[in-house]
Amino acid sequence: MRLSSKDILGLQEMSTTDMQLILDTAESLKEILSRPIKKVPTLRGKTVLTLFYEPSTRTRTSFELAGKYMSADTVNIATTTSSVVKGETLRDTAKTVEVMGMDMVIMRHPISGSCYYLSKVLDCSVINAGDGMHEHPTQGLLDMFTIRQRKGRLKGLKVAIIGDIFHSRVARSNIWGLTKMGAEVVVAGPSTLIPPYIEEMGVKAYTRVEEAIEGADVVNVLRLQLERQQRGLFPSTREYARIFGINQARLVLAKKDHLLMHPGPMNRGVEISTEVADGDHSTITEQVTNGVAVRMAILYLLLGGAIDEAAD
Amino acid sequence: MSINLVEKAQIMDAEAIRRGMVRIAHEIIERNKGTQDLILIGIRRRGVPIAQRLAAIIEEIEGSRVPVGVLDITLYRDDLTTRTEQPVVHRTEVPVPIAGKTVVLADDVLYTGRTIRAALDALMDLGRPAMIQVAVLTDRGHRELPIRADYVVKNVPTSKREVIECHLTEVDGGADRVMIMEKAEG
Repeated sequence: MRLSSKDILGLQEMSTTDMQLILDTAESLKEILSRPIKKVPTLRGKTVLTLFYEPSTRTRTSFELAGKYMSADTVNIATTTSSVVKGETLRDTAKTVEVMGMDMVIMRHPISGSCYYLSKVLDCSVINAGDGMHEHPTQGLLDMFTIRQRKGRLKGLKVAIIGDIFHSRVARSNIWGLTKMGAEVVVAGPSTLIPPYIEEMGVKAYTRVEEAIEGADVVNVLRLQLERQQRGLFPSTREYARIFGINQARLVLAKKDHLLMHPGPMNRGVEISTEVADGDHSTITEQVTNGVAVRMAILYLLLGGAIDEAAD
Repeated sequence: MSINLVEKAQIMDAEAIRRGMVRIAHEIIERNKGTQDLILIGIRRRGVPIAQRLAAIIEEIEGSRVPVGVLDITLYRDDLTTRTEQPVVHRTEVPVPIAGKTVVLADDVLYTGRTIRAALDALMDLGRPAMIQVAVLTDRGHRELPIRADYVVKNVPTSKREVIECHLTEVDGGADRVMIMEKAEG
């Protein structure tokens, strides 16, 4: 079994067979994380680069650890300290590191679609670690993995995604992935933060959080992207917290055994109350652990086999 | 060009397999002077039912249950990049710490020795056993590494054109049997 593409660019284009393969492989690999020696020799001799044009703690560290646990060599480029500040183009930076022998480039970039461009330029695998307001496929996969581990399935579950849908690549990857796997997805947030035509993606949109949460198996709360709010799409964080913030009172409407998810980093007291973030239903720390397992699965599936033949 | 396998001979039927396993279960107990600190670990896939059956036979003889683990060696293979089909990773499940214990690794066929080498690496990452022994259903020769089995149900000298196929009820359904198959190009 192998993935049908050399790159992971988004869940919009990924087949359910590939998603299933990644989730099943992650299931097996998660066991390694509980060992005293978290290291297997599988990717010895492979080199993986994380090229991040935006700040990140968990995604970059998660990829780096996934690589290290599988014995790949990992190299990080933070663009603030690289030749990017001297004016080097994305293409030239990527080509330079590829000819140094990279087997995979994991990129985060503020421009939507930049990973598609990179995948055309490079022969090695390209993983999208978040591109602008477009997709964050590995986050979508780890969210699906977490739900599947807790609930035993994805099909037929009601998943409510709450918050800043407009700016969220996590929301888009979740919507594409979950709907393909047979879950019912609803979204809710201020009308200014819900993109037009969202229902064409196969989801129902609400502007009242309560309507979306009602009967939900999973409530996935998004981070309010304060850095992308210069245009003033809502009056104040205080008002946002009062009308759209997820707290105990609102979660009463969800199913009794609901899961509460958040991709992190959290704005505590704004989109999510501390009480529920640290509560019994929260899977937030588990999501981080699962992220490493899912990324190990992706590295194994792309680098572990005869990828030269799979590339074309 | 596809390679077909044609059955050349049946080496063991269910009864011969059962008797052979009873014999090596006795050998395991005798050599280890009982079952204390013993763990049976089966290499996926057909090593797993072999380990489980050995544990059941040992329990009948000794009256005590030996823990059984499952080892997936996919991540330790030395031929990942040369294989055309990528192996599916399965979970490793070893229920008790192996440090200081005697591990009996079980598999169906011992051939080049590369699977056992990978299994040894995988075990070392789980802890430091006091001793590792190898139990197999058949040893067909052609070793590429200096590895040998401690317990063998049947030694089967083969040519490289031949393949040993083990059918075990738990994995393959039907009756237990071990056959020599020959490659026929067609």
